[in-house]
Amino acid sequence: MTFWDTFLMALRAIARNTIRSVLTALGIVIGVASVIAMVHLGQAATLNVTQQIAAMGSNLLIVSPGVRRFGGGGPRVSAKPFELADAQAIARDVPDILVAPATTSRATAVFGNANYTTTITGTTNNFLEIRDWHLQSGRLFEDRETASGAAVCILGKTLVDNVYFQQDPLGTQLRLGASSCQVIGVLASKGSSMGNDQDDVVLMPLKAVQRRLAGNQDISTLYVSALVDGTTADTQAAIEALLRERRRIRDGAEDDFNVRDMQEIAQTLEATTGTLTALLGAIAAVSLLVGGIGIMNIMLVSVTERTREIGIRLAIGALAKDVLIQFLVEAIVIASLGGLLGVTFGVLGTWGLTAFMKLPFVLDVQMLLIAFGFAAGIGVIFGYVPARKAARLNPIDSLRHE
Amino acid sequence: MNAPARRIIALRDVFKIYGSGDTEVRALNGVNLDIDEGDFVAVMGSSGSGKSTCMNMLGCLDTPTHGAYRFYDVEVGDLSHDERALLRRHYIGFVFQSFNLLARTSAVENVELPLIYKGVPRKQRRDLALDALDRVGLADRFDHTPAQLSGGQQQRVAIARAIVTAPAFLVADEPTGNLDSARSVEIMRLLQGLNADGITIIMVTHEPDIAAFARRVLIFRDGLITQDGTPREVLS
Ligand SMILES: Nc1ncnc2c1ncn2[C@@H]1O[C@H](COP(=O)(O)OP(=O)(O)O)[C@@H](O)[C@H]1O
Ligand SMILES: [Mg+2]
Repeated sequence: MTFWDTFLMALRAIARNTIRSVLTALGIVIGVASVIAMVHLGQAATLNVTQQIAAMGSNLLIVSPGVRRFGGGGPRVSAKPFELADAQAIARDVPDILVAPATTSRATAVFGNANYTTTITGTTNNFLEIRDWHLQSGRLFEDRETASGAAVCILGKTLVDNVYFQQDPLGTQLRLGASSCQVIGVLASKGSSMGNDQDDVVLMPLKAVQRRLAGNQDISTLYVSALVDGTTADTQAAIEALLRERRRIRDGAEDDFNVRDMQEIAQTLEATTGTLTALLGAIAAVSLLVGGIGIMNIMLVSVTERTREIGIRLAIGALAKDVLIQFLVEAIVIASLGGLLGVTFGVLGTWGLTAFMKLPFVLDVQMLLIAFGFAAGIGVIFGYVPARKAARLNPIDSLRHE
Repeated sequence: MNAPARRIIALRDVFKIYGSGDTEVRALNGVNLDIDEGDFVAVMGSSGSGKSTCMNMLGCLDTPTHGAYRFYDVEVGDLSHDERALLRRHYIGFVFQSFNLLARTSAVENVELPLIYKGVPRKQRRDLALDALDRVGLADRFDHTPAQLSGGQQQRVAIARAIVTAPAFLVADEPTGNLDSARSVEIMRLLQGLNADGITIIMVTHEPDIAAFARRVLIFRDGLITQDGTPREVLS
């Protein structure tokens, strides 16, 4: 008996009882589909995080006052803010970097009848270069505007949409709280990142925000970009040493500021989403196992129901081995068809969910093959017990079976 | 002068005992039987007299509890399950009272089944199966499933399945048991034709006029053969 004959025999037996075959495979279909959807969603989330962090600018270091707590977010011990001189010292003493001091202030932007509350960032042209932001129209700050703190501003797309309703804002006068600024540029859209609207920005010269909106000389954040790849660690160390000296922190005392390396954060996040992916995958794999038990269950019933058929086959010359292989192949074919359907639904599900969650849609073909192979393997493992039961039947008793 | 026929079956003091002690049943109680090639034997006897047990034994589905069963030159009692399966595959055809065709499977596919196990290539298989259906007069119904065939037609498909491997020996346990007398006569004519073509046949029946189609009639009683002779001798 050739393998092809066995295979066709299995297909015929499956086709003869379509509904039962579908029910048998259902657990596998659901298991494979959920494994594929879960793992792909995890991968998409990881990719999303990585892409967004890369989009924040490469080799980016963010320096803020206060002590860094593990797990991010937690309460920061308030510490004194930076001064412009700190930024200037870093620019002067740390080699191959760009530095942009920044301070923020919230205010309501008003133009005509429209108003929109937003965060105004006071900084320099370096900020755009470090963050890899580009102008869509207009111009950057001129040096004298930066030096004097002129009332000029560059708007993100959200402002244009919400205050100007798509009209050209260039050259207009935008009121910001008690003060106002002349719009000189519009930023190209960056979309949203981790729920943050990156286009909800108004940039002004540092001094303009300090003087007109914040009313102090503080700098809340220093953005630093290492210009040479692979030097972020050295740059970070140099900045830390310099700031400790400037802020007169004694040896052994804790920093009262922190330097965050975006690549490091990216790696941490990737590891976290990776763990989550593995966990979701494991849960889904359990449902695959349950599917396998479903196959065993229904195949056992099927063997009992087909006892007479088995008796006939044995009487006309089938060896026990032939019967064993027949039922095993049937289980494998059902499991594989289930796997195939599961892969299809898994891919469709991934596609739908990523579209819904606005995540990138990527297909890991190797993963699809593994899931399919796993389904077939489950057919072998859980098909064996029923097949052995069939092969051990006695032909006389089986023929008499009703 | 014909060459002497070869002995195909020899049972010597064959017992088949089920259970033990008080519940012991001697389905065969010391049977002796010789069948030569070309014979056509009808077996009669009351229900429970051991006919089916004997047929299963002769068809190598079962082995004796005691005694010797030689099939040609082979001692069947010494064979393993698989060896007996191979013997059935190559030398023995079965016909059952309840036809035992695979449901929802066409006539030709049912007939092909033994050839699949025998390892006959696909194309040849189909030709042999159609030939066998032709011999039982059902070539035009090759694609009908059992549900689309009458009882007599189903039994003829079953006979085609039994002879498609060109077996030396055909075992039929009440092949006409589920058929009316006209259908039964058709089946017997068919079996006579097959016997004339050289197949040795043993069959069970309850009807004396069906047994009359055979060359030889046996009567079973309580696990023993009590009469053995030509239909005229036994049935008179
Ligand atoms: N598997 C079995 N277990 C126990 N007793 C059996 C079994 N098969 C047959 N018998 C008994 O053996 C006797 C002969 O049965 P059987 O050969 O089927 O008779 P027949 O075919 O002549 O009607 C009966 O008494 C029956 O009950
Ligand atoms: Mg019987």
